[in-house]
Amino acid sequence: MTNVNGENKQPEKKDIAKAYGKYAKQFTPKPSYFANCLKAFIVGGALCTLALWFQNTLIDTGVSEKDAGTFVTITFVMSAQFLTGIGVFDVIAQFAGAGVIVPITGFANSMVAPAIEYKKEGPVLGVGAKIFSVAGPVLVCGISSSMIVGIIYWFIEKF
Amino acid sequence: MVYKKVGNQSVIFSEKPLIRGRGTVVGQKEGEGPLAKNFDIILDDDMYGEKSWEKAESKMLKEAMMKAVNRAGITEKDIDVMLSGDLLNQLMSSSFMARDLHIPFLGLYGACSTMTESLVLGSMLIDGGFAKNVLVGASSHFCTAERQFRMPVEHGNQRPPSAQWTATAAGGVVVSSASDVALCSSAGQNRIRVESATVGKVIDAGIKDANQMGAAMAPAAVDTLLNHLEDTQRSLDYYDLVATGDLGFIGKDIMMDLLAGAGLNKKMIFSHYDDCGTMLFTKEQDVHGGGSGCGCSACVFAGHLLKEMEQGKIKKLLLMSTGAMLSTISPFQGESIPGIAHAVSLEVE
Amino acid sequence: MEYVWAFIVGGVFCIIGQILMDTTTLTAPRILVIFVVSGVVLQALNLYQPIVDFAGNGATLPLPGFGYSLAKGAMEGAKDGFLTAITGPLEATAAGIGVALTFGYIIALLFTPKSPKK
Repeated sequence: MTNVNGENKQPEKKDIAKAYGKYAKQFTPKPSYFANCLKAFIVGGALCTLALWFQNTLIDTGVSEKDAGTFVTITFVMSAQFLTGIGVFDVIAQFAGAGVIVPITGFANSMVAPAIEYKKEGPVLGVGAKIFSVAGPVLVCGISSSMIVGIIYWFIEKF
Repeated sequence: MVYKKVGNQSVIFSEKPLIRGRGTVVGQKEGEGPLAKNFDIILDDDMYGEKSWEKAESKMLKEAMMKAVNRAGITEKDIDVMLSGDLLNQLMSSSFMARDLHIPFLGLYGACSTMTESLVLGSMLIDGGFAKNVLVGASSHFCTAERQFRMPVEHGNQRPPSAQWTATAAGGVVVSSASDVALCSSAGQNRIRVESATVGKVIDAGIKDANQMGAAMAPAAVDTLLNHLEDTQRSLDYYDLVATGDLGFIGKDIMMDLLAGAGLNKKMIFSHYDDCGTMLFTKEQDVHGGGSGCGCSACVFAGHLLKEMEQGKIKKLLLMSTGAMLSTISPFQGESIPGIAHAVSLEVE
Repeated sequence: MEYVWAFIVGGVFCIIGQILMDTTTLTAPRILVIFVVSGVVLQALNLYQPIVDFAGNGATLPLPGFGYSLAKGAMEGAKDGFLTAITGPLEATAAGIGVALTFGYIIALLFTPKSPKK
């Protein structure tokens, strides 16, 4: 306790930080884990069920299963981006949390949200660059790791 | 040469500069808060008719500054120097505001502590005889700060309960030399003077979570307050009100607990201490941790606290704006958040 | 029944995400990266395919499903040769990424951000 005033220089800086972090935590209200998880579960589950229903409907009308999956992805991406554009997505996400962040809708939102904000900085260096500020790392990590997987499998296949 | 320094970090002004004018502009949400009636201009559109949020913030600061000058009964030409700051990179709001005003300008960055930083320096300029009228101020805007320091506004991330709400607000104050007094006493109002000040040290308690600003800044506020009281040989109840800038609900609790731990009377702390971030909003406004940003203490001070002093409800005030000195890249480098707080003591004549 | 499993599995993925968001200080981009890469790794170990067979869109709509598609594309491509192993991931997800980029760009140009009211 006296540490935080900088009077006691003996303990390691790290220890002070740890002790103070713990101390500060006592005053911090915890998020309501259960309610948040329940909301995320229901909204996320509902989205997935909706996707499955949509996919089955498409398959019933004669679309191949692979194409149907792609159509479902595209539809969800576009709806999430449209909702972001009209400023509704962040309101939904405040309620549903991970329920809309973890499905592909969260990825779609993370592209439009930064891009739309940098409109004034121009269509190339503003929107064009910022569309990747959150989605970029996801694409880079996802694509590069899967390419490495591909190469490893090619090696296994070959030898 | 008369030295005005007392103790380790404090100064006591010999001329006691005068607060001559004040002006505030706040956003919509702040205008729905409990202090709404004290603000000069409440926006119904956070863009303020401008093309970008940055320009809107700049215009808010300009309007607040002009309001302060008008209320002081002087013109821009009478201002010798203007000190102001905001949260944006390279002080965009302040510099662009200064571009329009044609007043000698010094830009300051003290994060959310900028209001008292400018007030301390402005008072020093006057007390040292370097200027007759100084215009000081600070501003912040929810959208400009949020997109610079945190996440894009439209991004669907949940705000944890400890996250604070950057106030969309600007405040300006004219500080004048006391020899000019004859010109500037409005009828029925108390004269307010800047009496002493304490410049704070940067203190880092090792908090790394950007959603824990109050906890990161509280130790700096405690340090500045204790040093101020020691330097001036005062007790906490010397002041009618000690107001920190933007510790918010959590930071305020930590601050009170730390002060009690330092041996101050708990009752005294309760009755003499408050935080601007908790005064600007009510908890029902869904601001989670309370208000923050340069504009928070600027508008509460220039709008609410100074008004209370003019009316004589507060006779002695210690304003301590608190700042979190993180940069946009320091969290990515794993750095913790250093805090700072400057204290200014004002009293009714 | 498949609808129930889609609901439950999809919901569980979201609960994992919610717990990560609430209990750690991980920022959104990191959580997204963790989910996608874990999808890639799980599929590379042939562990994700069973979940997809079991829960359908409950496993493909959440972000690990994106990683799953990437890895699956790579693994299928690897059977045909080196070049297809490299083009596989993007080929499998080209439609999604392409639409997300193009439509996202158009949306960003059409709309202006609103300052939050609440």
